[in-house]
Amino acid sequence: MSMHLWIIPLLPLAGAAVNGLLGKRFPRALVNAIALGFTAAPFAMALWVAAQFAGLSPDQIPHIERYATWLSAGAFSAEYGMYLDQLSVIMMLVVTGVGFLIHVYSVGYMEHEGGYYRYFAYLNIFMFFMLTLVLANNYLLMFVGWEGVGLASYLLIGFWFLKKSAADAGKKAFITNRVGDFGFLIALFLLIKHFGTLQYDSLWPLISRYPVETGAAGLLTAIGLLMLVGATGKSAQIPLYVWLPDAMEGPTPVSALIHAATMVTAGVYMVARSHLVFNRAPDAQMAVAVIGTLTAIFAASIGIVQTDIKKVLAYSTISQLGYMFMACGVLDYVGGIFHLMTHAFFKALLFLAAGSVIHGLGGEQDMRHMGGLRKYLPYTFWSMTIATFAIAGLPPFAGFFSKDRILWSAWSSGYHVLWLVGVITAGMTSFYMFRLWFLTFFGKYRGPNPETVAHGHDADAQHAGHTGAVQDAKDAHAAAGSHGHRSPHESPWVMVVPLMILALLSLVGGWAGVPHSLHGSDRFGTFLSPAFNEASATPGAAAATPAEAKPESEDNSTELAFSSISVGLAALGFLAAWWLYYKRPELPERMAKAAGGLYTLLLDKYKIDELYGAVIIQPLILLSTNVFWKGIDQGLIDRAVDGSATDAREASDAMRHMQSGNIRSYAGWVAVGAAAVIAFMVWRGVR
Amino acid sequence: MKFINDNILTIVVFLPLAGAILLAFFPRRDRDVRYFALAVSLITLLASLHLTWYFVRGQSGFQYEENVPWIPHPNIHYHMGVDGISLWLVILTTFLMPLCVLISWKSIGDRVKEFFILMLVLETAMIGVFVALDLFLFYFFWEATLIPMALLIGMYGHGRKIYAAVKFFLYTMIASVFMLAAILWLYARTGSFDFVTIQGMIQSGQVSGFGNAALWLFLGFFVAFAVKVPLFPVHTWLPDAHVEAPTAGSVLLAGVLLKMGTYGLLRFNLGLFPEQARRNAPWIIALAIIGIIYGALVAMIQPNIKRLVAYTSVSHLGFVVLGIFSFTQLGVDGAVYQMLSHGISTGALFMLLGMIYDRRHTYELSEFGGLATPMPVFATFFAFIMLSSVGLPLLNGFVGEFMVLSGAFQAKQLYGILAATGVIWSACYLLWMYQRVFYGNVTKPVNSSLRDIDARERVSLWPLAIAALVMGVAPMLWLHSIDPAVSAALKQFSGVTQAAVLPARNSPAAPGPPLHADFARNGVEVIGR
Repeated sequence: MSMHLWIIPLLPLAGAAVNGLLGKRFPRALVNAIALGFTAAPFAMALWVAAQFAGLSPDQIPHIERYATWLSAGAFSAEYGMYLDQLSVIMMLVVTGVGFLIHVYSVGYMEHEGGYYRYFAYLNIFMFFMLTLVLANNYLLMFVGWEGVGLASYLLIGFWFLKKSAADAGKKAFITNRVGDFGFLIALFLLIKHFGTLQYDSLWPLISRYPVETGAAGLLTAIGLLMLVGATGKSAQIPLYVWLPDAMEGPTPVSALIHAATMVTAGVYMVARSHLVFNRAPDAQMAVAVIGTLTAIFAASIGIVQTDIKKVLAYSTISQLGYMFMACGVLDYVGGIFHLMTHAFFKALLFLAAGSVIHGLGGEQDMRHMGGLRKYLPYTFWSMTIATFAIAGLPPFAGFFSKDRILWSAWSSGYHVLWLVGVITAGMTSFYMFRLWFLTFFGKYRGPNPETVAHGHDADAQHAGHTGAVQDAKDAHAAAGSHGHRSPHESPWVMVVPLMILALLSLVGGWAGVPHSLHGSDRFGTFLSPAFNEASATPGAAAATPAEAKPESEDNSTELAFSSISVGLAALGFLAAWWLYYKRPELPERMAKAAGGLYTLLLDKYKIDELYGAVIIQPLILLSTNVFWKGIDQGLIDRAVDGSATDAREASDAMRHMQSGNIRSYAGWVAVGAAAVIAFMVWRGVR
Repeated sequence: MKFINDNILTIVVFLPLAGAILLAFFPRRDRDVRYFALAVSLITLLASLHLTWYFVRGQSGFQYEENVPWIPHPNIHYHMGVDGISLWLVILTTFLMPLCVLISWKSIGDRVKEFFILMLVLETAMIGVFVALDLFLFYFFWEATLIPMALLIGMYGHGRKIYAAVKFFLYTMIASVFMLAAILWLYARTGSFDFVTIQGMIQSGQVSGFGNAALWLFLGFFVAFAVKVPLFPVHTWLPDAHVEAPTAGSVLLAGVLLKMGTYGLLRFNLGLFPEQARRNAPWIIALAIIGIIYGALVAMIQPNIKRLVAYTSVSHLGFVVLGIFSFTQLGVDGAVYQMLSHGISTGALFMLLGMIYDRRHTYELSEFGGLATPMPVFATFFAFIMLSSVGLPLLNGFVGEFMVLSGAFQAKQLYGILAATGVIWSACYLLWMYQRVFYGNVTKPVNSSLRDIDARERVSLWPLAIAALVMGVAPMLWLHSIDPAVSAALKQFSGVTQAAVLPARNSPAAPGPPLHADFARNGVEVIGR
């Protein structure tokens, strides 16, 4: 039975095509209708597909659809086809669901923007590629989505391309991702070389025949590590995370959709999808866990001192993605995907709520100019509160269940150091998130005096110099001043409703995976784990299954004890934030002064960007300019060529025609000469 | 129909020449001249589509063959034919030509008639190169492309056009002499110029003294083709020729003329001297990979957009050479595909640059900035073509690049790894260039009032944009006919290819552990343990 899964990604593509080609002439309402219609429909269809999927018997899973051959050469071929298992069902639902909500929100947020149709066309294109990525039935098609979401990200980060920082950020994102893609590509080449195919269903049985590479690193370890390189690019892990903070130059709904909820989780999805490889490659799996954990704490430490509300969230995203990698690294793929899902809810919500704040303040992003917004933006405040509790890992919010599951997996599979770092990070997360919460919503409003600065002056200053057709709307918004920014104001309903839905999901989203230790039934785990079951992917294969068999229903008390540790740390983070940013708001500055160099180092993000610039980019440019171009090309080769030409010129009178610039006669002479040579040689040399 | 099928190659080759001759007798009414040239190029395109229509896919060997004795002494035949490789190069040529006429519509205002005569003569010569199966005929067409192209650069170029034209001419002319010598040697020993005959005689060992001469013969052909490709380090004529050439000249130069070099490598160097090709592959591949990286890095820092794009050709054509000398089905298929796709993408890029030049008469990057504001449609086309050139999946560039890299990786992992860094470099130079030209505020006041592209310019861009998309989405349309031709060309390399192609597929029941040791070594090689 075919479910016509191809329709799901193609719908947003159609929307993008219509809006992109014709949207310029459309009224806004029509652009809206197209953009929303073509994302609501795939969501509806995804729900229908999920219902159909629930009715499939286990031997019908994975459900694979094949449509056509994309390319083939010799024995290799890759097709257009879709692959539906528990993992892709969840990804598909998250992408279409959260994606649709963010589209709705965007209608309000981007209301005053120039290039409105362009924005929605890009957003729809993103949906197309993201759905291709998660539904593809082979790695090459996954790579299509992989590169494509990178493109959408590039376009949307640079949406306000008049601003140099935005254009720079877009370029940086694309190029950094390309570095990761390089690794991914090599992994694909290895797969092709050794297995001859990139189709999942042909690959899994072949891979399953391999034993775990315990003794020496082998092929699968190499593939796993290379895939990890790709994942660090897309999912912003060390060392390729540098693009994500800059990506905040894009409109905030974009940050929510692409740089928090969906695209950046592609790396996690890829690792989970390749679980058969990682299961057999302990070194690669270890690398995933270590990189994830390091990234988690590293990014959290930067997040603590940032003052830009979106930057805090960006580092928080990097950190949370680190948790997902940690989960995959300790082979708890279910935990990784679970956190991916809950994170999609609460991080999208955090970004959208932050966007609502920014919107309400006419473009202000610096938390030092916020404060006391609780009473101006009540809905935003409450949804943000739920999201903050969720990410801080406090029960019964969604983040608690998923993060706790990961930490417990890390501990119970023997990675005690990782667990320790993870728990400390959880405390830090709670601290910086409540810092954000207190700074934004509590205390006194520290923004510009509503009386003197009437029209969102900050917005003007921030986006100064935006002229031309593609106007940054915040200018227009501020300059128009029809409803002005005399005081911070709540966002329109079209923005608030998505917030509320996401708030609900951030609250209850974790309940699907309540662990047995809390007398839950872990329905999420029950549903998803067959996807990571060795046997189901490879019927009849008796492959080694490392660390898969986890003892159930014992150690409940230990698990609970560990839960209370992480909750305790989260509470501690809350208290610290409360003390520093609510009770004694003058303290942080003093502490920053006291910390001196360390504080600056954190504020400067460990100066990693500067390091990359000095060690990689500048030398490359200097090398290319001075050695390659001016040295070899012009200095060496051309001088040799010109030199011999000059000698010839001086030696020969006939050649003087060339100097006179009469190219025609010169060409003619050479042609005649050539013909003469040919004639002579043919006549003479042969027979 | 039989008559057409029997003579279609002659028709396609000589239609443009006939048009050129007619044009010579035309009155100097520029408008009529342009329309006539457009009509001729369109008719040629239609005629060439006949080739694709009746081409038997999946059949290797030459089709539409014409073989009649031409000159008895020396024994020169009028022998033409196409296979799945040359077929598409012919179509590429005829497809680009009407667009080149359109793009020259207004930018050529002086000596219009001569311009279009030269263009049409050039078209005949280019198509001839791809269909000729007689070495003498091939050489004749090969040299025949030189003169009109040099004249186009020298007469209609800008800046240091004479220098560029002479450089172009000397470089390629001198290199071709070596090929001529090799051809004459072959004729002396075989008594034939016929490609198929000579190939057969070499294979069956009937050529006396071939063993000693083979290396020199191989190099003779190789030098001529390497300059044309152009392969590092003989590439320096290309940036100069491009920068000074008129737009249409650049489009044909990048789109078609460079492919004559890679086509020659594939057809003659591999076809006639497989043993030598195999022996010499390592250093040729080294040059190709140097070209990929070097070309990209030098492109990145160019202050002149057209020179920048010219250097990207060095990089992209490096991929083609790499693919050809990987001797794998994937690699060579990819190389052929990359030839076509490079013709589309880079041809389009040069057309786009020509449109800027028509407006501003400069290619200096520093003169631009913020063009997306006055010229949004132009900026969109440019972005699309840029992405196709960067190798974004579902656009044309990706297919060839992926196959070439994958094939090269099969041949030797290090090749694939080094060359794959190209995906990073191409993003660097193109995105950076795009940002400097289009993003930000308009920096020069002149640029703020630039008019966006008009209907004629759109008409000349749409076919390329559509081709880029279709070639990315449905590459099988081309690969169906390329694949058999390539596997025929690779037959002589079977020893090499079989070893490299897909061991796992061929032996699905292979046991785990023994393979494991082998794979472990490979894995270690990759991760550098």
